[in-house]
Amino acid sequence: MKCLFVTVGTTSFDDLIACVSAQDSLQIIKSLGYSRLVLQIGRGTVVPEPFSTESFTLDVYRYKDSLKEDLQKADLVISHAGAGSCLETLEKGKPLVVVINEKLMNNHQLELAKQLHKEGHLFYCTCSEKPLEHFKQRNYFMHASWAVTVNGLINTEMFSSWPARKIFYIFG
Amino acid sequence: MAGALILAALGGGTVAVFIALRLWVVFHHQVVPRESLSLLVVAGSGGHTTEILRLLGNLSNAYSPRHYIFADTDEMSAHKIRSFELDRAERYSSTVYTTDRIPRSREVRQSWLSTVLTTLYSMLYSFPLTFRLKPDLVLCNGPGTCVPICLSALLLGILGIKKVIIVYVESVCRVETLSLSGKILYYLSDYFVVQWPTLKEKYPKSVYFGRIV
Repeated sequence: MKCLFVTVGTTSFDDLIACVSAQDSLQIIKSLGYSRLVLQIGRGTVVPEPFSTESFTLDVYRYKDSLKEDLQKADLVISHAGAGSCLETLEKGKPLVVVINEKLMNNHQLELAKQLHKEGHLFYCTCSEKPLEHFKQRNYFMHASWAVTVNGLINTEMFSSWPARKIFYIFG
Repeated sequence: MAGALILAALGGGTVAVFIALRLWVVFHHQVVPRESLSLLVVAGSGGHTTEILRLLGNLSNAYSPRHYIFADTDEMSAHKIRSFELDRAERYSSTVYTTDRIPRSREVRQSWLSTVLTTLYSMLYSFPLTFRLKPDLVLCNGPGTCVPICLSALLLGILGIKKVIIVYVESVCRVETLSLSGKILYYLSDYFVVQWPTLKEKYPKSVYFGRIV
């Protein structure tokens, strides 16, 4: 049962939620073999109606104490460009697709998304580029599911092998 | 008349020299190794709090007690900090922490001029708070809330009350450019930590250990 997890952290990212839960997007998601879509909507004002059919389930919620479980169960994660969301997802070795929120002023999140993309850890785009069609056309989802077995693991190893050193010895 | 002027000049000169000396002492302070350091942690909205808690997760128990400060409108940070400390209490027996709130010094997208005013207003709260807590070290990572607190910590040093070490860790989001708080605190902090090599090149006085969150 393939699961797609969408997260916006503590922010409000109505454009992404609306885009992913639109009928044509749901069609694309189903056609790629996903039978479950979980939307973590944060402070957003767009609240799609959850539903459950034989072949597909849509879950919607605002916050959870920890996203660990949802990240664990996900086969692919679509996220806003927040550092916390990106780091948590990549540390779990999950393929990650980042959507930039163009409505954020002086979009510093873009810097991190670009850098992580340069280093091969994720793919990114903006909402106006119609993320799901964009990715489907470029076969990113195919890459993503392949990535989790080979590239994703290698890339997240590179990522997590950077020194996360303790800083106490400098000051103490 | 002339006498009064000369006295005023002498008085003014003395105060100026005093302040200059204090500033020199504050900025050239030698760090003395010690067994434990009390921390003042500035938690910002959303991602900032997450990042700083990730950072704290890597610190030993020598950094105790921990005093958290966050904006009065920030419920999410209060919650995350409680969870973090409860978790920590399971691993370390003697865990002490406090929380305090101050008025937010800047809303996202607030204008520059009104920011100066709201920052000064925040200092009316942050200075007495910093004075009361007298931490050994202030740790912050970028939210606007941290500027009045760092200024208060500096003031403690300038007034000769206590030398407070200011450590600023720029967010891992910042790859090529510094945040506004970063640009200000680059000149005022004792240790300015960046997490990407490009920033280390642009800001040579910064410290780079790689990713530390």
